[in-house]
Formats: sequence, structure tokens, C-alpha cells
Amino acid sequence: MAPQDYDDDDFVDQYDEDLGEEEDELSPEDKIAMQKGTEEVRKALGEEASKVTVAQIQEALWHYYYDIDKSVAYLTRTFIAPPPKPAPKAAQKPAPKKAPEGKNGALSFFASGASFKPRIPPNFFDDMPWLNIPRDRETTFIEPPRLCGGLLGGTGSAPKVSKLQALAAMRKRKIEEKKAQENPDSLEGEVTKLALSDANQENTGTKSKIQRRNSSTDSSPPQEQPQKQGQNIPTASTDNSLGERVTLPTATESKTDHIIPQAPKPVMSRSHAPSAFAQALFESDSEADQRHRRDVFAMPYTQSSLFVASVFSEPSPDDIVLAARAKATPKTPKKSQKNEETSKDGALAGGVANLKVTDSPPPKSKGIDVIKEFEQSASKKHASFVVVGHVDAGKSTLMGRLLLELKLVQERTVDKYRRQAEKMGKTSFALAWVFDQRSEERDRGVTIDIATNHFETDSTNFTILDAPGHRDFVPNMIAGASQADFAVLVIDASTGAYEKGLKGQTKEHVLLLRSLGVQRIVVAVNKLEAVGWSQERFQEISEEISGFLTGLGFQEKSIKFIPISGLNGDNIVKRSEDEACSWYTGPTLIEGLEASVPSTVRSLQKPFRMAISEIFRSQQGTTTLAGRIDSGTIQVGDALLVQPSGESAHVRSIMLDTETRDWAVAGQNVSIGLAGIDPVHVKVGDIVCHTKDPINVGDTFTMKAMAFAHLMPMPVDLHRGRLHAAGQIQSIAALLDKATGEVIKKKPKVVQPGSVARVLIKLDTKVPLEAGQRVVIRTGGETIAAGLLE
Amino acid sequence: MKLVSRHIPKELEDEQVSLLPEDPEDMWHAYNLIVPGDLVHAHAVRKVVNINPGTGVPNAERVHTNLVIRVKSTFFDPAVASLRISGVVAAENEHVAMGAHHTLDIEVNRSFTIIKPDGWDSVAKNALAEALSDDKNGAMAAVVMQEGLANICLITQFRTVVKTRVESVVPKKRDTAADQDAGMRKFFEKTLSSLLRAADFSESRPLLLASPGFVAQDFKDYIAKQGRDKSDKVLTAVAKQATVVHANSGHVHSLNEVLKSPEVLAKMRNMKYAKEAQYIDSFFELLKLDDGRAWYGTKAVEKAVADGAVGPGSGVLLINNSLFRSEDLATRKKYVALVDKVMRDGGDARILSSDHESGQRLKMLGDIAAILNYPMHDLDEDEEAEAAEQTPPRRDEDDQVDMLDDVI
Repeated sequence: MAPQDYDDDDFVDQYDEDLGEEEDELSPEDKIAMQKGTEEVRKALGEEASKVTVAQIQEALWHYYYDIDKSVAYLTRTFIAPPPKPAPKAAQKPAPKKAPEGKNGALSFFASGASFKPRIPPNFFDDMPWLNIPRDRETTFIEPPRLCGGLLGGTGSAPKVSKLQALAAMRKRKIEEKKAQENPDSLEGEVTKLALSDANQENTGTKSKIQRRNSSTDSSPPQEQPQKQGQNIPTASTDNSLGERVTLPTATESKTDHIIPQAPKPVMSRSHAPSAFAQALFESDSEADQRHRRDVFAMPYTQSSLFVASVFSEPSPDDIVLAARAKATPKTPKKSQKNEETSKDGALAGGVANLKVTDSPPPKSKGIDVIKEFEQSASKKHASFVVVGHVDAGKSTLMGRLLLELKLVQERTVDKYRRQAEKMGKTSFALAWVFDQRSEERDRGVTIDIATNHFETDSTNFTILDAPGHRDFVPNMIAGASQADFAVLVIDASTGAYEKGLKGQTKEHVLLLRSLGVQRIVVAVNKLEAVGWSQERFQEISEEISGFLTGLGFQEKSIKFIPISGLNGDNIVKRSEDEACSWYTGPTLIEGLEASVPSTVRSLQKPFRMAISEIFRSQQGTTTLAGRIDSGTIQVGDALLVQPSGESAHVRSIMLDTETRDWAVAGQNVSIGLAGIDPVHVKVGDIVCHTKDPINVGDTFTMKAMAFAHLMPMPVDLHRGRLHAAGQIQSIAALLDKATGEVIKKKPKVVQPGSVARVLIKLDTKVPLEAGQRVVIRTGGETIAAGLLE
Repeated sequence: MKLVSRHIPKELEDEQVSLLPEDPEDMWHAYNLIVPGDLVHAHAVRKVVNINPGTGVPNAERVHTNLVIRVKSTFFDPAVASLRISGVVAAENEHVAMGAHHTLDIEVNRSFTIIKPDGWDSVAKNALAEALSDDKNGAMAAVVMQEGLANICLITQFRTVVKTRVESVVPKKRDTAADQDAGMRKFFEKTLSSLLRAADFSESRPLLLASPGFVAQDFKDYIAKQGRDKSDKVLTAVAKQATVVHANSGHVHSLNEVLKSPEVLAKMRNMKYAKEAQYIDSFFELLKLDDGRAWYGTKAVEKAVADGAVGPGSGVLLINNSLFRSEDLATRKKYVALVDKVMRDGGDARILSSDHESGQRLKMLGDIAAILNYPMHDLDEDEEAEAAEQTPPRRDEDDQVDMLDDVI
């Protein structure tokens, strides 16, 4: 609904004319101040001043009580760089000029010729102090509102009335109004009002919302109006409870009053910031939020939201609403507000009902359209890579060196490690200790669990997942690989070690990477200094590994070979200075990493899923989960469900790398602080999802498996990320053709390595898994199959 | 289990055997001996309601009596080793009428008598012999663990009982190392207290600690340290007795590889479970070859046995004892006949305990499997079978690429 379409423009004009009456009666002081202000504003505007008329400036000044800065800001916003809608401008400009008709009941309140403009100025509440709020403003929150005799904004000197006085006066006035109702004039007014409210669906929507909530807010125009009336005629400031106002048939006059002020501003009032009380109640306010919020009718539960008036300039709000409804959580106020604006009362009611569901207030959602935000944010790319390879290939040392060279670890920390390591007779492990922080790992010189760390280059934020190489900890490596976008395969080039590694975990890790969908590999040929930077050795290894990788289906162009020395730091960040290595002219490791960042399409539209890879308690005692978002988006305030325990929680905070964010999307490695959940219900390997779109738990799955070893009915371990469940192959449904996937043989006795079969897996416990997920099947310490769940 | 008396009436086949169970393990034997259809005579406690003829007031009374019931079903709780047998009363006495239902609790140190109206078949006789064998090796305790998960099991000659499963959240690396160590200590503490509750270590008893990585070794060190710190002789002895074995995961089925590890075999070579693990392993090895000598599933094995393929030499029939607990007499007889036939042919018939890990693996294969003397094909009904069976065992790299792209 475009604001220009209002068919009651005449009425608007009419009304505006009414208001103009008092405008010319500026007091001399006002005139002087106005003149001075106008000059100053023009000065402040500089060149832009030509775009604004004097009347506009004065108007702004009037509204801002001669606050130059605010007026300038307002003018810039409205006239110089206006939001794409002319309506407010049109509505505000004529106001001071036109002559009154004196027909409207509202006028009776201004009969005393107040030098106060009866309309609520836009941004009226912008000058709302943070503390020591004038009582008159606070009262608007209480029902019925306490009306005051004092001038709003602190300029007035009129005496305040007590609550009781105001109440008495209000009753008196009601009776008068009842009498007045017989007057056809006011009836007409009501009719007009009805027409108006029909046209201004949004306004009525808002009103009805106010009614529904049965609580008033400080910043919606209808409530301010009577207050100002009250300033001039304290005894007449009897407008009654806001909640009832619209429904009371007797309150015709006042009703008309309340609606009229809105009429000239079809897109609602601007910038009525919530009072400090409201802010304290609902959300701490920030400048940024205020900026977004300026066109919002502040309603208790939408205080925090950011309805932008420019919504109307977009091609189709309905589409946006539909998209938002499909995507956003029901609790995001943004959505409910949008609903209301498209005058979907039913949806509004639903939204309200939803809002009432939780008894304890969850963390407030900001109602962000995450996908849009994400598309707009021109932030750096995020990529995570897993470091794999045979045990003792130097993975942790290499990563320790990388962080040291990037100055993310201080030299003295490493020196400290070196001294400690010396005591244990393991000097060469000092760098690895940057990652191997567990005492077990240090004692034994073996990485056991994945270590996560972050660093950034000019173009990309990287997450390192340092995986263990030992065969016993392959499950941990699987967990790491399933969080990674690409991989760094570290190969020990020293004689003997390379051959051993190839037979050992080098092979298994690569197989697992492939099964888990990792496509790109940077092969770091490590410890080349031990063989004198021999180019032949490098070539030999490159060719062999390359053949092996392409044999597994990796594309040649997504494999890079880089000769490095993790211990000494050659070709990692800086090029090697060793003479013997001068033959190598290719990229360094860090360049190789940057070049390998895949431009994967992230599944943002899918339901939110995140596998928990770590759980820890933060300093504040919040349960915090870390993991990589598999699909979908999340934002602060979302209601989540942890499966398989089925416990719900709310997102309190989101951390991406080391910074706090309001939202996160698929593919990012995040830490999520949860509110309202006991940590005993959360286990590593569990899946977090939205309450709205939960993942199912089950214990029997069909899977299309690529066999790496013999498959028969036998006990197996199923791995998916951190999830590690024991179970069995219950039956083998069919042997499938490798290329076409057609059934070759039903119910085979045993599946030979290299073939593909559809197998039925039965797990001992129920786990959250769904079709299309990649899983790895292991038994007896060997990976025997990998495939997709069906 | 003690044999109290054995009475063989001349004209009838129904030989009576009176047995006295001495420890909970005997309950498991009894469970295998008593099958539906048998008559069991045992001590019973029954609530009897008498109506006072004068006043008409009912008067309930718990009466100790001996009852004979015809077994309908048996229920065995492995964790507490309690056996309950329910059936209908087959012999009337002054308290209970014929045909009334009753559930007997077989108790340790109270004798019971079994009468098999259909006679004692070879399997039952074997089971009886096994039950009576005076081979009292204390149950071995085993802890199969991984970080944050421990399964505490008791392995006896005939069965494996998972006593407790300990789960504990051990913080991952994100936390400081101190947190991690504290988490591990807590986990060990939990596991140790559960272990001491599950098994009585006052008499020396072998303990197996199995895990991937270093968890088991650390746990052993932890027990030793606790023993030192608390100057607890029992704990010190436990730590000394403990054998650390490598396992690939902390789940119970890893017990299978634990039991066939050289460390364990050296210690308890003669234990039944060690042998069972070997049988099932050799079967799996043959099955992998897929040369038609290893078959599983009732139908295939039946055919092979009928053909005499499970004969002298290498022929072995592996069968879970759970099959002989079948409620259907005909089924039970069928399997007994299979065993008898293999024995007659000169083959080896091994009855595996379905309560051991090896039995569990056999169960996944349909409780029955056989290693044949000579290859046989087409034992499964599927006619289209042959094509796929020719799949070369060597993995073809190119094929794999296609498939990976398809699957992944």
C-alpha cells in the first residue's frame, strides 16, 4: 500500500488547515529564535541548503525546539536525502500555512489560542533524556495515563494536575462527550474517522494491537495528543484510558483527535524513541537501532524491532512477508510487524499468541532477515580447513609455526613452551604445543583431539582445525574434517616416514576427506629440509600423491603441492631463504590456502542445523556450544531445540571467530551461547535446530554405502562429525551398480570392497540424522564404508 | 550347580533331574535348560485366599508350597541374574488348583526339578553337562572405555553382562587444559566408583581395561594413584591386576577384539569366550573370501548340512544357544536335529553363548552360520545372484571414482 494512494487526502488537507491557525501566532521570542535558528541551520546545511525551503527549516526548528543539530539531521534525512516516499513531506509542509476550518472537535481544545502547535512533531521524543525523565512522559506507560498540566518538553510552566484531579476531570469530560455525541457534527467526524481508518489499515492495525495488548506506549501519537491538549486546558485534559479509547463509543471526539494526527503521516510517526523505561524493559537502545526504528509505532513487544519505512518502496511487501514468514522464526517481532502492516489481522493475532507462549522472557530477537544481511555484508570470506596426515607428519608443528609467523602467537610463548619441552626432552614439540594444550597430548607428543584456532589474511578469515594423525583418534579427525571447507594434507618427506605414512593414515585420511565431501587439498610436503630440499624427492612425492588423489576422484586443479619446513618455517608465510630450495617458485602455504578457499554455495534457505563439536561454559556460566553451521541461518533470540534430548533453549549470543555477532549463516564456525538449558542435556555430537523445523531422531537408517572393506551383518560404529554411535549392519538390502545405482543383486551375503550397496543400519541409541547426510562407517579401527543416508 | 538327584523311570522317557543352583551364574544355565513345555517342580510362595465358611470373610494368606508347573515362558534378567518361569500348575495340591497360573522364581540355594516330557535331546544334555561342570573361574571384569564413555562388563565363562555404562562430558580443547584434566578426573572417578559397585574386588579378580589411545592406561594409573593416596590395598591390588588392552572404540562390541587380543588370550586361553571369539573370527575371514564355503542364515545352512557339506575336517556349525530356547518345540527340534546331523557327519558343532559378544555377532548373521568342507553356491534362493558374486575382490580405482561421485 503506497502512502500516496490514500483517498482521504482532502481530509488530510482539511485537517492541516485546521492546525495552521495558531502557527502564525508565534510569540516574539519564538520569532527571534526561529530566525536565528534558520540561519544556523542553513549554515550547517551548506550547499544542501538550497534544497530546503525556509518554511521547512522553520518547521523543523519548531519541532525540535530550536535544536539546530536535530533539525539539520531531520532536514537532511527528510528533504535532502529523503527516503523514497513523498507523503510525509507533503503532509507536513502545508500544515503551518493553511487556514483552519474550525469544524473539527479537536479545535475546541486549542481555543485558548495556545502558542503551542497541537500536532506532535516528528522526532518529538528524540530529545528524551536517558535519565530523570519528566514524570509526564513516564506516565504515558501507565494506564490510564496520567495527564499533566505541564508543557511537554519542559518549556511549559503550567501547573501539573494530580492523578486524581486528572481522573475526575476525565470523568467529567466523558459526560460532556456523551452529550456531544448527539451532535451531528461529531457524528460526521466519526464517519470520517471510519473512512480514514479503513484507508489507513496500518493505523488501525496498530491501534488494534494496542488494544490487544491493553497497554499503552509512550510514543504513539494518539496518546501524546491529549496530553498536549491538557497543557492548555488542564481541566479539559480528561482524555481517558488509552486502552479503551478506540472501543468506547462515547469518546467520539477524542477518537477523532487521535486519528487525525496520524492522517497526515500515512507511514506513521517518525522517530519516537521509546522512553528509558521502555528501553529498560525491552531492550537497551543504541544509536544504530534508533536509526532503523524511526518509523515504528512503538508497541511493547515490537520496541526492539526495526521496521523501516522504506518497506513501502520495495516492489512487493507481500512477497517479503511471505519470504519472511517462511524463513524467520515466529517470534521475531519484525515479522509480526510486517504482518500487521499488510493488514493481516489473523497473522497478527497469531503473532501475538506466539509472543505469549514462553513464560520467562527469552533473549530478545532482533528480527533480522539474516539472508539479506548476509548478502549485504561485504565482510571477509570465511573458510575453515582441516590439517590431516599421518601421525608425526608435523601437522601441529606446522600450524604452530603458521600462527607464530602471523604473530598470533608470541615468540615468548613459544620460548616458554620450548623450555618446558626441553625439560621433557621433546624440544621439537614446542611449536606443536601451541595446539596441543592438553597435558596428555604434551606428555605423549601426540595430538589427540581437534584443536581450533583462527587467523586472518587480507582476504579471508581462516579457521584451523588441527586433526590428530594417530589411528586411534580417527574419529576426532572425522569430526574435524566434517567442519572443514578444504584440507591441508601434511606429508612427511623424510625417507621411510613418507612410505609409512602412505600406507597408514595418509591414505585413510584422504579417503575420509573424499567421503566427507572435501574437494580441495593443499598438500604440504613437510620436512624437506631433512632431505636437503631435494627437488627429486618433492617431485616423486608430488607425482605419487597426485596420482593417488586423482585416483580417488579429486580434481587435479584443486590439488596444490608446496614444499615446506614446518619446523624452520620455510615457504609458510615467507619464502624459503635456503639456497637449496631456490628451485621452488610456486606459492607459499598461506598463498596456497587463500587460493584454495572454495566459493561454495551455502545452503542458507534450508532449516537450521548445527552439529555440536564442543561444549563449554563461559565465564558467566552460560552453556556455550561450538560447531559449524551445516545449513540455514541463526540469530540472537532464536528458539532452538537440541536433539536427541529434545530440550529447548534460546540463543543468547553468537560469536564468530572472536567477535560477537547478531546472526550467523551456514558454513561458519560459531560459538552459540544458550539461555534456558541445563548443560546435562547437551552432548557433543548432538544437533541443534530451530524449534520450528526440528530434526528427527531415529535408530534405523538406510544408507547407500561405498564399501572400502567387506560389509556383512556386523557391529559397526557410525560417525558423523562428532557423533559417534555404535550399532550394526542389520541387513544388506541390495548390491548397486556403481555407475547407474541400479540394483544388481538383492540381499547379497557380503559386500566386497569397492562395490556399492544399500545397507540397513540399526543403532543402539537414537541419534539425530536425516536423509542426505554423509556418514562414515567404521569397525575395528578401520573405515569400512562411507555414504549417504537415504 | 549341583546335581541333587537324577531319576530315570524305566517305562517313561521323562527323566527327572533335580538341580541346586549355587550362584547367580547358575541361573543362566537354568535359563538355558528350562524351555517351554517342560515340567518344573520347585518351591513357590503363593497367596491363597480362603473364605471363612462361617462368616464369609475372605482371608488372604501367603503359603509356602511346592508346585509343579508346565512352563509357558521364561524370563531372564541378565543384570541381576534372576530367572522367572511362568506356566500353569500341572499337579494339584491343597492350596492351588490344577490349571491355575503361577510364576516361579528360581532362587539360589533352593533346588528345583526339571522333567522334559519330550526327553532330553543332545543339546539339552550338553547344556546340563556344562551347567554341572565344576569350573569356577571368577568372572572377569572389563572396562571398555573412551574419552567420556565407559562400559563396565563382567565376563563369565558363559556370558558377558554389561553392568553399567558411564557417560560423562569431558570438556574439549576449547577450555583450558586444567578444565580438561578436571573433566577427565571426574570421569575416572565416576568410572571407578561404578566399577567397584559392579564387581567385588575383595578376592583377586582379573580386570581388563580397554580403550583407544591412552585412556585405559591413564585409568589404570588413576586407580593406582587412588590406591596410594587412600592407602587402599584393594585399589592397589586392582591396579596391579589390571591388564591394559587396545580397543578401537569404547562401545561394548569392541570387547570382541579385546577378547582375542594376545594379552587376553595369554591369560585366559581356555575360557569358552576366547574360543568362541576365534570361531566367529575364522568364519568372518572365510566369508570375506566369498568363495562359497561360508554361509549364514537358517535356510542356507540347512541346505548345506543336508548336503553333508559340514563334515569332517574343516566343517563347523556355529549356532547360538538362543535358538534352543525357542518356544516352538518343532523349531527347537529342527535345530537339535541339525546339530546331531553335523556331529554324525563328523563336523564340529559349536554352540555359542548368545550372551557373549561373539554370540552377538552371530546373532546379526541370523544366529546360525556354517563353514563348509567344500564350496557350495546357490544356497540362497535368489536366482539373479551369480552375476554380482563375481565382483573381483581387488578394488578398482576407476570404478571407485565413479561411485564416489555418485555417492558423494
